[in-house]
Amino acid sequence: MAEQIRLIFTPDNFTFMMKGLGMTVMISIGAVFFSILFGSLLALIRTYAKGKASILAKIVAAYTEFFRCTPNLLWILWIYFTVKGDKVWVSIFAITLFTSAVMSEIFRGGLNSIPKGQFEAAESQGFSFPQTIVYIVWPQTFKKVIPALLSQVITVIKDTSFLRMVDIAEFMRNCSVVMGTLSDVRGMMILYAFEALCYFVICFGISIAVRRYRKSLG
Amino acid sequence: MLKGLFNVNRWQRLLEALPEYYIPGFLMTLRTALCALILALILGVIFGMFSTSRSKILRAISRVYIEFFQNTPLALQVVFYYSCLPILLGGGGMRIPKFVLGVMGVGIYTGAYMSEVIRTGIEAIPKGQTEAAYSQGFSYMQTMRYIIFPQTIKIIMPPLANQALNLVKNTSILAMVAGMDLMYFTDSWGSNTGYFAQAYFTSALFYFIICYPIARLARYLEIRAMRQPVGKRLLEEVNADGGAN
Repeated sequence: MAEQIRLIFTPDNFTFMMKGLGMTVMISIGAVFFSILFGSLLALIRTYAKGKASILAKIVAAYTEFFRCTPNLLWILWIYFTVKGDKVWVSIFAITLFTSAVMSEIFRGGLNSIPKGQFEAAESQGFSFPQTIVYIVWPQTFKKVIPALLSQVITVIKDTSFLRMVDIAEFMRNCSVVMGTLSDVRGMMILYAFEALCYFVICFGISIAVRRYRKSLG
Repeated sequence: MLKGLFNVNRWQRLLEALPEYYIPGFLMTLRTALCALILALILGVIFGMFSTSRSKILRAISRVYIEFFQNTPLALQVVFYYSCLPILLGGGGMRIPKFVLGVMGVGIYTGAYMSEVIRTGIEAIPKGQTEAAYSQGFSYMQTMRYIIFPQTIKIIMPPLANQALNLVKNTSILAMVAGMDLMYFTDSWGSNTGYFAQAYFTSALFYFIICYPIARLARYLEIRAMRQPVGKRLLEEVNADGGAN
């Protein structure tokens, strides 16, 4: 066993795999960042677009429904094959497209839970609608949805492993490159265990944070 | 991304490819999803009950199962089954059928999420009820069967439906191991012809056909559960996980 470990975790291999892990983390952060931005915009439109603008709300609804009902992998492949540009950014874009739909549903749930009375109160104090959203509604919403948001972050991190299919140098892909140099099953098992462990440490860490936070909310 | 989407000639080619690529892929996805759903539900009920039982060992087992499978990527799990299981099970040229691989991979993965939903549902029923049932001579199974489950079921249906939705989408992971499912055929036809817009748009429609009714069902169940007295509070708790997967 020590022999296999020595073979797998040579300095070169280890750096290579850790570079992959770095890429995984970077893509996840990028995708989460943009999906929060885009997702909250979608949620605001869908919740508050009234009158003439309500057509926008319908478009957003169609967007979220459509993306919720199709696999992330499909969008990753589709966009990878058809959008030109830096492949890492293209991947971030694909994951963002899909994740924004989920994020927007999460934010919408949060927005809907804010009592109507707060709008009236804000208006009576002379707040304009955008001011009400920025200073009163949004901070509360964001606090409420943090647990769901973090759970989604875990999903995004796990979903970056789909990128192996399009040969982005993320963690799982780099590990499988290393795996290609191994010949016996014991070495493969060790490497799989290592991969699982790395993902587990990151994702479980976040999920503990979710639980802590939820408890602190009571 | 949508280049050539309105090219009639390409759509004609796609129509010709339907019986050979998309229909078998669609059926494979459907079959896999259905069987995986059954497996996930069975695992969900078993481990959901484990994690609410009084035995520390059972609780520990279910914790390990749930945390491990929720916190590692499905892709990694499936690729592992694909490359290591045959060797572990007796080596040689043995191959695990792709269908089994899909059902196992997606079923075990989603089972972990379902367990968590079912655990939350069971724990939401006040402890006093279980104690009252025991004092009336109900066994553990009887308490579950006659008292807990009938109340839990209505509340956990919406998140379970959401998990079923995720499960269908997750079957696409089979494409990673050449699983003959919808995504695999889409990928292969798309790469063969280069008509990516047609290939993926059609595939998206096929997934939508399966998923949209489930999404509607989930929505409907959610509205219905909200009307239950305990439903609202509980749903908030369960949904705080965002139906993430």
